[in-house]
Amino acid sequence: MPSLLDIRRRVLAVKSTQQITRAMKMVAASKLRRAQERVLGARPFAQHMLRVLNGLAWRADPSAHSLLTEHGIRTGRTLLFVITADKGLCGSFNTNIIKTAGNFAVEDPGREVALGLVGRKGRDFFRRRGFDVRYENVNLFAKLSFNDAQAIAEVAINEYTSERVDAGYLVYNEFKSVLQQRVVVERLLPIGRLAIDDPAEWDKLGEPVAAAAESPVDYLYEPAPQQIFDELLPHHVEIQVYRALVESAAAEHAARMTAMEAATKNSGELIEQLTIYMNKVRQAAITREIIEVVSGAEAQ
Amino acid sequence: MTLPSQLTLEVVTPDRSLVSQLVDEVQIPGAEGYFGVLPGHTPLLVTMNVGELWYRNGQQRSFLSIALGFAEVLPDRVTILAKVAECAEDIDVERAQLARQRAEERLTQRAVDSDGERARLSLLRSRTRLQVASQSLR
Repeated sequence: MPSLLDIRRRVLAVKSTQQITRAMKMVAASKLRRAQERVLGARPFAQHMLRVLNGLAWRADPSAHSLLTEHGIRTGRTLLFVITADKGLCGSFNTNIIKTAGNFAVEDPGREVALGLVGRKGRDFFRRRGFDVRYENVNLFAKLSFNDAQAIAEVAINEYTSERVDAGYLVYNEFKSVLQQRVVVERLLPIGRLAIDDPAEWDKLGEPVAAAAESPVDYLYEPAPQQIFDELLPHHVEIQVYRALVESAAAEHAARMTAMEAATKNSGELIEQLTIYMNKVRQAAITREIIEVVSGAEAQ
Repeated sequence: MTLPSQLTLEVVTPDRSLVSQLVDEVQIPGAEGYFGVLPGHTPLLVTMNVGELWYRNGQQRSFLSIALGFAEVLPDRVTILAKVAECAEDIDVERAQLARQRAEERLTQRAVDSDGERARLSLLRSRTRLQVASQSLR
């Protein structure tokens, strides 16, 4: 039977762990609030962008711009951007991403996958396993800015236009709700048919599908359409990357908050169990001492 | 087709949505010059320069500083997709003044390593900010 002191020490140890997990939960919660605002702030731009591009896509010929066209018949070489967190202790957040990215790399044998790694956890994992890494960026989530997204988008666009890869994909955690993250794999390049497939999306933009389809407005362009494409399409890629980063940041904090809440609860249960056990041990010790005293008195 | 009487103006940046309201008139800093938009304008897609954007609602005029981006004009709707945008009230005048000083110094000194184009753009931005900020005080 462990001594009273041993158990008391264990209770103290668990308590200090609980303090840490509780503090981490609080920190994650307050960071989450800010990250959530950013996600909500980034959404309108992405949606309007999509709507404008959609309007353009009716008239645009896919060969009008290099980012719209697919490269010939060979479409095997893929650049996959893996967006993970820089830190752990956030449940299955990073594992899910890494698993999905790993599956993506091996599921189609005809596909040669090169990686772009964002976030320390993913970088550490894939670098050790000898993948073809074209880009890496760590420690950007502490102070996420649009420039980071621009840098990533630039790499993707360069690799694509120089025909070193035939497609660009993103894999990241989408922030669905505080309790839910969803791993999504999204095609970044070539920019596909820009139509919004889901009619519900249209409703959100306040523009009924029917009306949009009936009257394809003919724009006047200033400057020429080609020039607008040259600016709009890379910007669209940047926006998509930015949105993925922001979503991932929010999802990370949400995942950490949930994980730490569970940990705090578990340590609470552990403390309770240990306290009960400790009391039993103390009781047993007292009872033993009484018996000793009584039997000692009887013996005289 | 009856002409719409007002425009829905949306100004969004990658970070947030700044303006979303009904207005009577908008002036946009297009890449090839400023232009005004009234309800019923013909559909138009333009890139934007660094400049000042204002919109009028009744007699009330509001100003924003815009740096680069796109504007989509439809008969009843104007969507501004700006890379950077600030409402006149939110502009940090001190910071803009400092930025203007720095840019002017760099341009006058013409140091070998300094990037003239960047300094010019930065000067343009800070001037616009200051101008927009002073408009709102009137």
